[in-house]
Amino acid sequence: MGKGRGWTLRLAGLLSPVTIWLGLFFLVPLLLILAYSFGKSGIYGGITLGFYPGNYLKVFDPLYIEIIGRTLVIAVLNTLLCLLIGYPLAYFITFKGGRHKNTLILLVMIPFWTSLLLRAYAWVVILGGDNGIANRILQFLHLTDHPLTLIFTPQAVIMGMVYSYLPFMILPLYAALEKFDWRLKEAAQDLGASRWHTFWRVTFPLSLPGVIAGSILVFIPSAGEFVIPNLLGGARTVMVGNLIQQQFLQARDWAFGSALAVMLAVLLVGAIMFYVRRVGADKLEEV
Amino acid sequence: MVFQKRISRGDFLRTMGVGAVAGSTLSVLACQPNTTAQSSGGGGSGPEEKALNLYNWSDYVAKSTIPDFQKQTGIEVTQDFFSSNEELLAKLQAGGTGYDVIVPSDYMVTIMIKSDILEPLDMSKIPNFENVGKNYKGLAYDPKNEYSLPYQWGTTGILYNKKELGTLDPSWDPMWDPANKGMIGMLNDERETPGAALYKLGYSVNATEKEQLDEAEAELKKQKPLLRGYFDSTQNRPSVINGDLLLGHVFSGDAFLALSSNEDLDFVIPEPAATRWTDNMCIPKGAEHPDNAHKFINYILGAKTGAELSNYTYYNTPNEASLPMINDALKNLPGYELEPAVFDRLQIIEDVGRATREYSTLFTSVKSS
Repeated sequence: MGKGRGWTLRLAGLLSPVTIWLGLFFLVPLLLILAYSFGKSGIYGGITLGFYPGNYLKVFDPLYIEIIGRTLVIAVLNTLLCLLIGYPLAYFITFKGGRHKNTLILLVMIPFWTSLLLRAYAWVVILGGDNGIANRILQFLHLTDHPLTLIFTPQAVIMGMVYSYLPFMILPLYAALEKFDWRLKEAAQDLGASRWHTFWRVTFPLSLPGVIAGSILVFIPSAGEFVIPNLLGGARTVMVGNLIQQQFLQARDWAFGSALAVMLAVLLVGAIMFYVRRVGADKLEEV
Repeated sequence: MVFQKRISRGDFLRTMGVGAVAGSTLSVLACQPNTTAQSSGGGGSGPEEKALNLYNWSDYVAKSTIPDFQKQTGIEVTQDFFSSNEELLAKLQAGGTGYDVIVPSDYMVTIMIKSDILEPLDMSKIPNFENVGKNYKGLAYDPKNEYSLPYQWGTTGILYNKKELGTLDPSWDPMWDPANKGMIGMLNDERETPGAALYKLGYSVNATEKEQLDEAEAELKKQKPLLRGYFDSTQNRPSVINGDLLLGHVFSGDAFLALSSNEDLDFVIPEPAATRWTDNMCIPKGAEHPDNAHKFINYILGAKTGAELSNYTYYNTPNEASLPMINDALKNLPGYELEPAVFDRLQIIEDVGRATREYSTLFTSVKSS
């Protein structure tokens, strides 16, 4: 008994930093946003707490529903593209990387050493201008004979988002594939499975935890994205993130901004629960 | 309105400021200023300690401004930066900032007065008040200059490629001209851009009537397919310079920076109306060094200081005594020195109270159309 209690105490001691940290910097702000979302915004910012469900009713205005819908479509698209591009790369690094494996993974992570903002601006410089870097290269390679419109397009937004979030997909995939037992592959092939069959029936299912973790890591931040649509898309596309930012910084309607934030959080949690249930929660635990 | 108005001088680092705005969304309420010494000396009785906490737009003082002030007075200045009027407001509302001088734009001065967070100015301590030109005092946002004195001012107009388009008439029409499709950049600002539509329609930039706002919305929805996008002024400037845009909706300081480095460009202040804005010096309630703050405001309104400021920022000075010392190169740029007829048709964006949200919804609806 005494031993058990000592252990419990020690565990409590170890867990207290994270509990305090999450409580102060995660739970309290979250509750604050929840309280704000039912409040009433003053004309000049600030908020009166109370129970005004009007903020939530406003979210269901067709204008905002459309923006939320568009955001989810973009986030799903981004997740699928990251998976499509990231999987082969993670697969290649794991199985063909050999002694360069660590170097290759390091290369995937290197962009993190610079701020996302700086990298987004770098893309503005690369894609921008008739005499910009990208256009010069394309013309030098004779892929086009006249300058193309590359920057401030919907394609530029998607490209920027895939670029930014790709590492979040590759790393969990790599972690999942790394644990893969080669002998299973050999066994499948010995039993007469084609390479495609082996991949589809053996390798891919075993890498599902990575797929799930990567998809969630990409999907959540993409749904809240607001920098890239402005910088690379010319703010022609409004995402929920832009809308929330605008409520706080321009319209001074913190209550509505909070209601939007809560709705977004609820939607994301719902989407993820649906997704995890479809592919199986047990897979996630293996990550 | 305004995502960062006055971050204008060029280059990459500068442009970083624009993004920092975006990045700072979540940190609106975070961070205390880097006030170094503010433990003692407050209150009012006795001499103040030699310190001043200035909260300003980034890169909005000349290189010499603060060192010279420190040399003259021995007061040590600590400068912090904000990137939008709303960020400034939110920080002051959160309280306990320790700032002595802040630099809000016109409409924000009204909001701050109404929110009772500004200290009245003591004009007996600011003799240089007389340097302020008559066009820049007694404005609607603070009719008796009880709380604010002007720092810099400028206009909002169109920076365009003269080589490609020829010299344009002063009008908003080129921004709606299908011939310029895909080569137009408007401001990503929920007052300036609806404002441009209101000007074009002949209405006031501070319109609150539903019919007028609806018309403006329709006008902007008509314009949207022609646009490359909605940008910050600091984004439109390089885009016009490097040819991604032929026309950009910009603040005058950005235009003048572009013009001073590129002869192919021109700046026009459209008819029938366009915006002029003013940034102002104010003292927030509870400032710990009000005497030093008055000294600083008086110093900024000095003839030489005012000229140095404008020669650096490329914005206009409200200081008549500074005018003779403004660089000729700057004065000769189109749209820097304005004919009275042009000046008189400029309008000032005012706080519209509850209607702020109408503008916000209008602009969102246009952008997602």
